[in-house]
Amino acid sequence: MKDVKVLGPGCKRCEAVEAMVRTAAAKLGIGVKVEKVTDYAEIAKFGIASTPGIVIDGKVVHAGGLPKEGALEAWLRA
Amino acid sequence: MSAETIPVRRGEPRRLPNLKWIAGMGAALAAWGAAYSQLVAVSEWLVSLLPVDRASHLGAALAFFFYDTPKVLMLLTLIVFAMGVVRSYFSPEKTRALLAGRREGLGNVMAAGLGVLTPFCSCSAVPLFIGFVSAGIPLGVTFSFLIAAPMVNEVALALLFGLVGWKVALTYLGFGLGVAIIAGWVIGRLRLEGWLQDWVKDIRTGGGIVVPDERMSFVDRVRLGIETVRDIVGRVWIWIIVGIAAGALIHGYVPADLMVRIMGADAWWSVPAAVLIGIPMYTNAAGIVPVVEALLGKGAALGTTLAFMMSVIALSLPEMIILRKVLTLRLIAVFVGVVGTGILAVGFLFNMLFH
Repeated sequence: MKDVKVLGPGCKRCEAVEAMVRTAAAKLGIGVKVEKVTDYAEIAKFGIASTPGIVIDGKVVHAGGLPKEGALEAWLRA
Repeated sequence: MSAETIPVRRGEPRRLPNLKWIAGMGAALAAWGAAYSQLVAVSEWLVSLLPVDRASHLGAALAFFFYDTPKVLMLLTLIVFAMGVVRSYFSPEKTRALLAGRREGLGNVMAAGLGVLTPFCSCSAVPLFIGFVSAGIPLGVTFSFLIAAPMVNEVALALLFGLVGWKVALTYLGFGLGVAIIAGWVIGRLRLEGWLQDWVKDIRTGGGIVVPDERMSFVDRVRLGIETVRDIVGRVWIWIIVGIAAGALIHGYVPADLMVRIMGADAWWSVPAAVLIGIPMYTNAAGIVPVVEALLGKGAALGTTLAFMMSVIALSLPEMIILRKVLTLRLIAVFVGVVGTGILAVGFLFNMLFH
C-alpha cells in the first residue's frame, strides 16, 4: 500500500493529477491511499514552490504541472 | 537545431522520433508562414462575400475584424509555443535555487527576469510565495518575481506585437520589468518581513528539499509547447475575439476628440484615473490589448494607455484576495501603493516623452 499525497489548493490540475494517480495505480495493480493536501501551510512544509505536487511515501517526487504518465508509473512502482 | 545537441537517453532509439518531430515542426512552421502571408487576401475575400460596401464604416470594421482575429491568434500560437518550450528549462524550484542567497539589487533584477521565464499560474502564487520566503529569499526579491510573472507575459507581448507594433511591445517589456525591479527593491528596503501572516513566518524549510529533476527529451519539450498552446490559447481565444470586437466598436463609434480629451496627454489626471479604474477590472491581457490598440488609434496617450493596461494586469483584486492568505492587509496596501506609484511613473514618463 503506497501512501500518495497530492499537494495543491484545489485547482483543476490538482484534481487531474489525483485522477492520474488513481488511474496509474489501478493499471499497475498497486494499492494506493491517495490523500489531497489543500492547506497552504501543510503544502509549504513539503518545501515545494509550485503545485500540484506529488508525495509518495513521504518523498516529494514531483512539483508543478502534470507529470508524465511514464514517470508517474515509475514512481509508483519504485 | 541539430539532432546532435539533443541529449540521447541510453538504450532508447531517440534519433528517429526526433527527426520525425523536427520534420513535423518544419512543416507546421512552413504552413504557418504560408497562411500568415495570405491573411489580407483572405480577409478581403471574406468581406467581399458579405453584402456590405467595403468603403463603408461597417465594411472597414469587418475587414479589420477578419484580418486581426486570425493574425493575432496565429501570432499568439507561435509565441506561446516558443515560450512553452523555453519554460520547460525552468521551474519555480530551480528559480528558487538560483535566487536563494542573492542580495537585493541584483536579486531583484534576476527575480524579475526569471518571473518572465518561469512557468507560473496564479493558483500557484501562494505556494510559490511561501516557498520563496521560507527558503530565505528576501521579501523584496520575491515581490519582484511576483510582480513581473503575471504582468510581463507572452500573451500580453504577443498581442501588443500583433496589434500595436513591436516598439510598444518592447517598451511594455522593458518598463514592466522596470516596475517589477524597482517596486520589489523598494518593498525590500521598507523591511516589512514582520508584516507577513504569523504562520508564514514560522515556516522555515530552508529550501532544502530538492525535487528530482525530471529529464526531458527534445520531443517532451515540444509536446509541452503544444500542451501550453492548447491550454493558453484554448483559454484566451474567446477573450481575444471579444476584445477585438470591442476594439472594432471603439474604432467605429467612439468619437476621436472625446478620447483625446479623456485620455490624451494633456489630461494629466487621466493617468491616475486609468490606474484606479484598472484595479477592480479583472481581465487578462487577451481581452485588454485589442481595446488598448483601439484607444491608441483614437488618440489616447501611450503612457495613459500603458498605465491602464499594467494596472489591469498587475493589480488585480482576485490576486490580492489570494495573497491575503499570506500577507497582512498593511502589506497588501504597501504592495498596491508601491506598484501603483511605479505604474503612474511609467504613465507620466511616456506621456512626457512621446508628447
